[in-house]
Amino acid sequence: MSWVIEGETGKWELVCGLEVHAQVISNSKLFSGASTRFGAPPNSQVSPIDAGMPGMLPVLNRFCVEQAVRTGLGLRAQINLFSVFERKNYFYPDLPNGYQISQYQHPIVGRGSLTIELADGTTKEIGITRLHLEMDAGKSLHDQLPDATLIDLNRSGVALMEIVSEPDIRSPEEAVAYMRKLRSILRYLGTCDGDMEKGNLRCDANVSVRRLGSRDFGTRCEVKNLNSMRFIARAIEYEARRQVDILESGGVVEQETRLFDSVRGVTRSMRTKEEAHDYRYFPDPDLLPLELEPAFVERIRASLPELPDEKKARFMAEYGLSAYDASVLVAERATADWFEEAARGRDAKQVANWVITELFGALNRTGRDIDACPIRPAQLGRLLDLLNDGTLSGRLAKDVFQIMFESGEDPETIVEKRGLRQVTDTASLEPVVERVIAENPAQVEKYRKNPKVIGWFVGQVMRATGGRANPQLVQELLERRLR
Amino acid sequence: MALDKATVARIAHLARIRVPEEELEPLTRELARILDWVEQLAEVDTAAVEPLRKVMDIPAHWREDVVTDGGRPEAILMNAPRRHDNFFVVPKVVE
Repeated sequence: MSWVIEGETGKWELVCGLEVHAQVISNSKLFSGASTRFGAPPNSQVSPIDAGMPGMLPVLNRFCVEQAVRTGLGLRAQINLFSVFERKNYFYPDLPNGYQISQYQHPIVGRGSLTIELADGTTKEIGITRLHLEMDAGKSLHDQLPDATLIDLNRSGVALMEIVSEPDIRSPEEAVAYMRKLRSILRYLGTCDGDMEKGNLRCDANVSVRRLGSRDFGTRCEVKNLNSMRFIARAIEYEARRQVDILESGGVVEQETRLFDSVRGVTRSMRTKEEAHDYRYFPDPDLLPLELEPAFVERIRASLPELPDEKKARFMAEYGLSAYDASVLVAERATADWFEEAARGRDAKQVANWVITELFGALNRTGRDIDACPIRPAQLGRLLDLLNDGTLSGRLAKDVFQIMFESGEDPETIVEKRGLRQVTDTASLEPVVERVIAENPAQVEKYRKNPKVIGWFVGQVMRATGGRANPQLVQELLERRLR
Repeated sequence: MALDKATVARIAHLARIRVPEEELEPLTRELARILDWVEQLAEVDTAAVEPLRKVMDIPAHWREDVVTDGGRPEAILMNAPRRHDNFFVVPKVVE
């Protein structure tokens, strides 16, 4: 499904690539022994290395290297056994060294790819250009003092993975699908928590446009500050439209860095960043080239978990789920595990339906995620057992589910305590059916003309029994009696 | 090596060194001479030589992922020209 920008003079196509910064999950920083914990008091997690003190030497954190390799393998990418840390030189108050240690000519991970799924059910491969390791800068607080900026170096030196995609993205939807898939893979791998609100996953978009059908690339702009899925889509759409308007009115798109203003929904030029593009990279003399043994990589490969694509394929093959249901269930590893535990030895399609509609519905309503779910997987399984053996009707099962979600109680306990057991014996339902018919002669007349009125009678009996009657049985009894 | 005044002014700006206009000309000549001197290295044919990545053939020194530092904001902030609570204070920078 192609997404086009309708211009005055014809149709235009978006060409977009994303640069994602993902904070590595680790205890300590990339080059120092200070903690990476979020939310600590200012400058309490800073080593002299992170503060850029003269004479301090960086020492590489082995686990951060493993995390980068693990991510590379998860992105089906080339792992480079030889990579080099370089200095990227620029001045900014949150960068005490005056350079960021990054990788440039020799990144640790090369080409890979990722499969995105779109709303129309199609899939598409998005190429990964590279992944490299680098250190984060400190944090600036601009709004605390009227005349000055405050600097907290707790984040300075925390390991980041910069993941660069090929310019394969052709619509805002594809950009969001790419981010969602990348986030899902990172979370499966345990290499980044994907928390965009905390800034642990950040995204810049390189956006350009060209006439539909053209093979050339237009001049691109880099749009920064895309800190939510919604903003990514809005910023790309706005920027593409802006460039089309410029080109159609005979103008020229200037290559520049732009900032997305989420309040006004527009992008604007960041002039100050222009001259910063001359970073004068050179290999960091404090760090040896990073040389990995093939066995190091193979050990990590052997420890990879089942990833979303594999899990989805297995859910479809093993449980007979639809592609859509399988995608929804595997997006988060915790959800997939929850589903599998509930489905063990049961009708997996039924369990999937309940998880996707009832459970996700309840979690969304209460703003909780699966880790904070009050219902345990086995409890949902036993609820469905009660539904399937006729103890509960579909409607009662949904009621019991709500009570379980509020109280965390077992389904059997709720059924017993509240007497929610479905009434399935004819003897106790017949008197109710008789009474409802006797009390409503007018409705009986209507039924003679229009048999659909039976639904009204079923409703009355259900109400009279507090929803506990078996609806099929009620219908049968009514039909027999009204015939 | 050819080096022009504009390039020198740009390098000075990137390095945050203020160079008065009248010093740019002599500085350009000096830098060009230094670069010429370094460029003598290009006379050696290195086509068949691997780049020297490290001086000593020692394995990479790695650190395990444990917290061994931090928890001393006083020491970190000791030389700060200006501070506010436990923050460094710098001139206002706003994008």
